[in-house]
Amino acid sequence: MSPGGAEAKEAPKYTKKDFESDQDVRWCPGCGDYAILSAVQKAMPDLGVPKENIVFVSGIGCSSRFPYYMNTYGFHTIHGRAPALATGLRLARPDLKVFVVTGDGDGLSIGGNHMLHVLRRNVSVTILLFNNRIYGLTKGQYSPTSELGKVTKSTPMGSTDRPVNPLAFALGCGATFVARTVDRNIQHMEEMLRRAARHHGAAFIEILQNCNVYNHLAWNVVYDKESRLQYELRLEHGKPLLFGPPDDRRAVIMDGVAPRTVRARDVPESALWIHDEANVNAAKLLADLFAPDFPVPIGVLAAVEAPVYEEIMLQQEQKAISDRGPGDIAKLLTSGDTWKIS
Amino acid sequence: MSETATPAAGGQKSLKELDRAVIRFAGDSGDGMQLTGEQFTTESAWAGNDIATLPNFPAEIRAPAGTLFGVSSFQLQFGSQRVYTPGDRLDCLVAMNPAALKVHVRDLKTGGLLIANTAAFEKRNLDKAGYAANPLDDPALAERYRLHKVDMTALTQEAVKDLPLDAREKDRTKNFFALGLVSWIYTRPLEPTLEWIGKKFTKNPAIAAANTRVLKAGHAYGETAEIFAEHYAVEAAEMAPGLYRAMTGNRALAWGILAAAQRSKVPVVYGAYPITPASDILHELALHKRFRVRTIQAEDEIAAVTAAIGASFGGAIGVTGSSGPGIALKGEAIGLAVMAELPLVVFNIQRGGPSTGLPTKTEQADLMQALGGRNSESPVVVLAPATPGDCFYVAYEAVRIAVKYMVPVIVLSDGFLANGSEPWLVPDPETLPPIDVQFRTSTEGFFPYLRDPATLARPWVRPGTPGLEHRIGGIEKQDVTGDISYDPDNHDHMVRVRAEKVRRVAQEIPPTSINGPATGDVLVVGWGGTYGAITAAVERAQAEGKSVASIHLRHLNPLPPDLGHVLREYRRVLVPEINSGQLVRVVRAEYLVDAVGFNRVRGLPLASDEIFDAITQLVGSPA
Repeated sequence: MSPGGAEAKEAPKYTKKDFESDQDVRWCPGCGDYAILSAVQKAMPDLGVPKENIVFVSGIGCSSRFPYYMNTYGFHTIHGRAPALATGLRLARPDLKVFVVTGDGDGLSIGGNHMLHVLRRNVSVTILLFNNRIYGLTKGQYSPTSELGKVTKSTPMGSTDRPVNPLAFALGCGATFVARTVDRNIQHMEEMLRRAARHHGAAFIEILQNCNVYNHLAWNVVYDKESRLQYELRLEHGKPLLFGPPDDRRAVIMDGVAPRTVRARDVPESALWIHDEANVNAAKLLADLFAPDFPVPIGVLAAVEAPVYEEIMLQQEQKAISDRGPGDIAKLLTSGDTWKIS
Repeated sequence: MSETATPAAGGQKSLKELDRAVIRFAGDSGDGMQLTGEQFTTESAWAGNDIATLPNFPAEIRAPAGTLFGVSSFQLQFGSQRVYTPGDRLDCLVAMNPAALKVHVRDLKTGGLLIANTAAFEKRNLDKAGYAANPLDDPALAERYRLHKVDMTALTQEAVKDLPLDAREKDRTKNFFALGLVSWIYTRPLEPTLEWIGKKFTKNPAIAAANTRVLKAGHAYGETAEIFAEHYAVEAAEMAPGLYRAMTGNRALAWGILAAAQRSKVPVVYGAYPITPASDILHELALHKRFRVRTIQAEDEIAAVTAAIGASFGGAIGVTGSSGPGIALKGEAIGLAVMAELPLVVFNIQRGGPSTGLPTKTEQADLMQALGGRNSESPVVVLAPATPGDCFYVAYEAVRIAVKYMVPVIVLSDGFLANGSEPWLVPDPETLPPIDVQFRTSTEGFFPYLRDPATLARPWVRPGTPGLEHRIGGIEKQDVTGDISYDPDNHDHMVRVRAEKVRRVAQEIPPTSINGPATGDVLVVGWGGTYGAITAAVERAQAEGKSVASIHLRHLNPLPPDLGHVLREYRRVLVPEINSGQLVRVVRAEYLVDAVGFNRVRGLPLASDEIFDAITQLVGSPA
């Protein structure tokens, strides 16, 4: 079966417009979701999948309104359950290209369990997790990715929970594709979307997204021009982990079993950490890096191949049919211990 | 029970003819009582009897040996006439240890046959069962019952002494001694059990030999030991001609789904999370991948139902199954299927509750949950099978209705139906009504919430169909267009449309079948697994000349269109249920009929005798 199982039919030449639905977009003006929607619509034509074979599934929250705005098939479901629903959909229809759109609350709080299982099963779905570190639709409570001490309506003296790191969570679940991108970098978003959508198995992208109403500039470290120059670490397969301004390049290296930031010119080339997407253990270390002590990794942390849940399931079905023929209820009903009364 | 004695001829023991007998095998949960009972059931089926069974076991897999709560039992009634229930009072009790005796002896009829394994009646077991002295030595026990003390343990060891097995392995075959003995007492054929042993232990000839020898030793013991003066024959029942098989409710539900998958030519996705007593449906369906039935053992109950809904959205038949606690968790998702107007079948194998309750015991207390256990106005179709074999037809019907009306259907089975079995006349699948699934492909005038004028169903569109791309979800929709709508009048309209769609399923319901006179003194109204107990009680009352009839509801939502009319043809209405009065409340509310309930919530099937008493009281009561 082809990756995602969706390339059987040849797709027409699409443009972004073909993926815009007739619905009015109802996010707050200035919301980061607009940029994500635009990037997704722009990336779609490159997938080579007929649009009738594409399904967007979402849960509940601002991000989960997404399917209404895509001119594909879509299902806006219930809070946290999109990964489970998508699993059933893939099992019924392995020929479809399925996207899951979720947020930090939907995907990591109420739906955390389903996120764990869709990733470990490696169901072929592309998961876009919009992380704005806040509950927007319910008007501003702290989320599972909010920083400790976050003052919100529900935590007037500061939140008392430590945040979850979506990338570390995904890798810990056994995800086979994990990436991070930023809503203010359309080009990079498109690139990540294309790569994730082509991945064979579950693909997880954390999109750092701005909620300009309830958590404005939560990701300023990668928005602000100067800060971004200092902190953004672009991950490129086969390239060293270098970041910082051209006149002051810095490197992330392994010091014993811990990452450390150094001036690039202070270490020999042989000491540089070369990024390898196939190295999941290294990706787990990368996932934990963040400002201010470390740079903020952007890009594909890990991309590996592993057995895909629904493919194994369907192989079993095919084997059962080829070994013993298709099911026949009349035969089954009269099989085994029976007796006749005349 | 009528008995006809045949005089003993030439040293042979006398053979008495019985119409029916009720037997219970009881022992420790590790004693193999369920297997013993199942094999005895198969033997009785071979003998041509009608049968009803009641397995009863502790929730713990291996409850501490010898304790009262560790007792496992298997009861069956078999007869030469129609058998509706596993029976109320026992003709024969096999007690493998003191705890089994203590728990079950009260159900044995005075003068009933009591067979006890004496070896287990030693100090430790007596202590655990709370006996100060060995009850088998109490003369009162032997006076009250026909007590047979048999050292099954020693006789078993003797029968297999030269086989290369350890003492424990040898001891574990003693349940087959009991089976052999009781098979002799009731003249059951041993062939089915011998065949079963051969198949089961092909890879372990020593175990096969041990079981065979012990079974035969038990049988021979009955024949030769001086203590059994007589044995019994139960003639084959007069049953409709045809091919029969033993059928349990859970297997019948699974097979009903297989039949629906084949007939509709649509694959099935069954999502489930392990839960007693529903897990066997998952196990059974997982065996039949050839039918294009895909099973998901989901991470939780919610994932199980949402995966099924996802499959339905994809154009497969989404089915999920659980028991009450799991159904509670699925509530929100069932609401999504109501809103999205997708087909969904939900099996609820009811058990004692609330909360964890009595996981292995039966109950009928989830009717209100099925009818209304979701937020807001969330109507679904509710069906209930009456017998284990009926589960096949009800599962099939649930799929047929779900796809025809684009609606969730809840099927209320229960622990008694799920594990109980009956001889089941195998149907010709060609006689089942067609399941005609038409996916919409035409783009002409398409809207996602366009409605079929007869059923009000919206079109079922498989993603992948060009030109029909659309979005659905849990938010309120504008009728026809399916666009998000917060319009007050549209919401009111949609609430009514969703209700009306379910109401229209009434056009699928045949006229109510009445067991008894079309008008009279008392009408007994039942639903679900109480069918047998109610029918037995009603037929007994009828035989005594009372003006009593019964009806059994398969459709609980919507109710049969003629039900109001039927109810008014009787002076009094009695509704027996294993809950504190749920259907009776619906009947009173819907029809303003002064129905009364008969309610016992003991984790066990209703006793036919008690229903009979309730009928008798009502017959004489003022209206």
